[in-house]
Amino acid sequence: MKHLLGLRDLSKEEILKILNLAKDMKLILKSETKKTPHLQGYSVVTLFYENSTRTRTSFELAAKFMSANTTSISVATSSVQKGESLLDTVRTLEALKTDVLIVRHSVSGAAHFIAKNCSFSVINAGDGMNEHPTQALLDMFTIRERLGKLEKLKIAIIGDILHSRVARSNIWGLKKFENEVTVYGPRTLLPPFIDKFVNVASSLEEAVCNKDVVIDLRIQLERQKRGLISSKYEYYEFFGLNEDISKFISKDTLIMHPGPVNRGVEISSEIMNLPNCTIEEQVTNGIAVRMAVLYLCTRKEVN
Amino acid sequence: MILIKNANIINGSTKDTQKADILIVDDKIEKIAPDIEIENPGLKIIDATGKYVFPSFTDIHCHLREPGFEYKEDIKSGSLSAAAGGFTTICCMPNTNPPIDNRAIVAYVKYRAKEVSPIEVLPVGAITKGLNGEELSEIGFMKQEGIVAISDDGKCVMNANLMRNALLYAKDFSIPVISHCEDTNLSEGGQINLGLVSTVLGLRGIPREAESVIVARDILLAKETKAHLHITHVSTKESIELIRMAKEWGVNVTCDTCPHYISLTEEEVMGFNTNAKVNPPLRTEEDVEALIEAIKDGVIDCIATDHAPHHKDEKNVEFNLAPSGTVGFETAFAVLYTFLVKKKGLDVSKLVELLNINPRRILNLKPNMIEENQKANLVIVDPNREWEVKEEDIVSKSKNSIFLGKKLFSFVETVIYEGKILKKDGEMEC
Repeated sequence: MKHLLGLRDLSKEEILKILNLAKDMKLILKSETKKTPHLQGYSVVTLFYENSTRTRTSFELAAKFMSANTTSISVATSSVQKGESLLDTVRTLEALKTDVLIVRHSVSGAAHFIAKNCSFSVINAGDGMNEHPTQALLDMFTIRERLGKLEKLKIAIIGDILHSRVARSNIWGLKKFENEVTVYGPRTLLPPFIDKFVNVASSLEEAVCNKDVVIDLRIQLERQKRGLISSKYEYYEFFGLNEDISKFISKDTLIMHPGPVNRGVEISSEIMNLPNCTIEEQVTNGIAVRMAVLYLCTRKEVN
Repeated sequence: MILIKNANIINGSTKDTQKADILIVDDKIEKIAPDIEIENPGLKIIDATGKYVFPSFTDIHCHLREPGFEYKEDIKSGSLSAAAGGFTTICCMPNTNPPIDNRAIVAYVKYRAKEVSPIEVLPVGAITKGLNGEELSEIGFMKQEGIVAISDDGKCVMNANLMRNALLYAKDFSIPVISHCEDTNLSEGGQINLGLVSTVLGLRGIPREAESVIVARDILLAKETKAHLHITHVSTKESIELIRMAKEWGVNVTCDTCPHYISLTEEEVMGFNTNAKVNPPLRTEEDVEALIEAIKDGVIDCIATDHAPHHKDEKNVEFNLAPSGTVGFETAFAVLYTFLVKKKGLDVSKLVELLNINPRRILNLKPNMIEENQKANLVIVDPNREWEVKEEDIVSKSKNSIFLGKKLFSFVETVIYEGKILKKDGEMEC
C-alpha cells in the first residue's frame, strides 16, 4: 500500500489487512513501554491545514510509538502564510526527504492532488467533504472489537451527511462488508442521490430503531449561518440523540461519534455516559489503526 | 493561386455534396467546376480526395485573455489555435483586464488583432462597466468601434432590472445580448454539478437550477422587450425545455452549447480532474441526450467553443482553487463529428449550420459560403483520421484540454482564410 487516500478505492481484503494488523498494534499500546522499531529511520510529517486535536495527536503518537522521526507542520506558522502553494509545499517536503505525509486539508481531493505530485506516501487525515479513511477504519475496528463481527450489521449514520467526510468513508467502507447502512438528517444536509448507496430513513426513530450501531456526526455550527439549519436548539430537538430518542435505542446498540462532540446539540451528556457509547474507546483504537496504516505504507515489499 | 482537386464541398444549405475542383485566385474563389486544369508555375495544388471541404467556422464565444492575462493566451496565440481548429472568425469575450467595457479597449483589441492575427477577431463588449453588474457600459460607442454583441460572460447580470435595460438598450444598436445564465446565490461555492459525482467526491455542487432559473428570467425579459437574447453555453435539459417553449412563443431567443456538453458528463471529474472543471459544470447523460436532441430539432442554433485557456500551474492545484474552463478551438470539429455524426448519425451538413451559418446569422455577419466570387474561407477535413488529443500537439498557449487522452475522429487538415493557407496537411503555415 503506497498511499491511504480513501476507502472507496480500497478492497475488502485491504481493509481487513489493516484491521487485523491494528489488532496486533493495540497489544503494543497496552504494553508499558509502547515502543517498537517498525518505523525506525522513517521520516513522518504531519501537515494540517485545519484544526485538529485527536487526529493529529493520534497520528503523531502512532508514529512515535513506532520510532519514526516525526515533524509536524503548523500551517499557521509555515510558509503557507507567505503564499506558498500546496504544490510548492509538497516539493519542499520531498526535498526534505519525507517518507510519509499525513495531511488534512479543507479541499476535497487535496490528498489525491498531493499523491499525484509526489514520490512519498500520503495518508489522508481528512480532505474537505471527501474522505477521512482512518476515522472510518477505527470505527470499523471498534465495531468488530465490540460486536465480534463487521458483516451484515444494521448501521445508522445520523446528522450532517452532506458535509461529512467521516460519513462518506464509513459508507464506502461498511458497504464492502454487506452491512445495511441507513442515514438520517435534515434534508438540507443530505446529498443528492445518497439513496443510491444507502437507505434514507424518514424519521429519527426509524433511523435508530433496531440498529446494531448508531454513528452520530458532528454538526458544524456555521451551517446555521448558511441557512442549512435554523438553530442548534431546534437541531437537538429534532435530529439530536436526546432523551426522547434514547428510548428507541437498544442498550445493545453501539453509539459512536467521531468527536469532538457538541454536547446538547447532536448528543446528550446522558447518552454519552452510557456503557454502549464508545467515543473514548474509538480514540484509543484510532492510534492502533494509524500504527497499522503507517506500517503498511512504509513496507516497500508490499508497495 | 490554389487549386483544390476532388473536393466534396458541403455548404450546409443542402444535404447534397458537390464534387468539384476549387480554384482560388488571390483572396477569392474564382471557379468551382469539375476537372479544372490550369498551367501556372505558382499554382499550389491540394488533393482533397476522400475529404470534406467546408466553409471555415465562426465561433460566437471564446476567450483570448488579452489584455491582462497574456500568460494564459494572447490574441496571437488564441488566433493561431482557432485557425488550427478551422475557425476564421471568432468573438472574444470581454472578461479581460481591463475588461472590454469601453471604446478604447475595443479599439485596442481590433488593432492588435489586425497586427498579429491571421483571422478575423470580433470583440464582444461588456454589458456593464467593469463587469460589475451595476451600470450599463457605453454600448453605442463600442458598437461604433466594432463589437458584435454584448455580454458579461463569466458573470451573470443578477439585477433583473439592469438586464431588462440592457436588452432594451442593445436593441437600439441591433446587437444580441449574450447571457451567461447563472444564479450566483444558487451556485455559490459550487465546484461541479450537484449530483451523483458531487455526492461521491464530497465536492460542493452547483444545482442545475442555477442555470435554468436565469434562462427562464431572461426569456421573460426578452419576451417583453422583444430584444435579441442569445443564451450561451446551455448545459441542462430544463434550459433546453425553456428555450424550446420560448421559441414556440415567438421570443427572439437563440442559444448555443459547447462541444464538451454534448460529449461528456460529470463523471469526467472523478479523480479530481481539474481540466474537467468548467462553468457551467458538466452535467449528466440525460442532459447530453437532451442537448443532442435540441441540436437535431434546431432548438440549439449553434456551437460555441467557450475556448477558455488557463495556465498549467493554475490547473495543477487543489480542485477548489482551479479556475473553470477548457481550451476548445482545436478539438471542436472533431468532437462534434465524433459524437454527433459518427455516433448519432447526424448529417455532416448540420455541422456547417452549427459552426458557420447560424452563428453568423445570430451576429448579423455576412454569410460565408464556398461559391464563386466569394472570399476563399474554407477548411479541408479528413473524416477518417483518428487521433488522440495530446498536450504537445495543442497550438494554444494553454494546454488545459478537457479532451486530453481522448480519441477523436476527423481532423481539420487544411485551413484557408481569404485565400491564404493558414494550415496545410495538419501543419500550421502562419
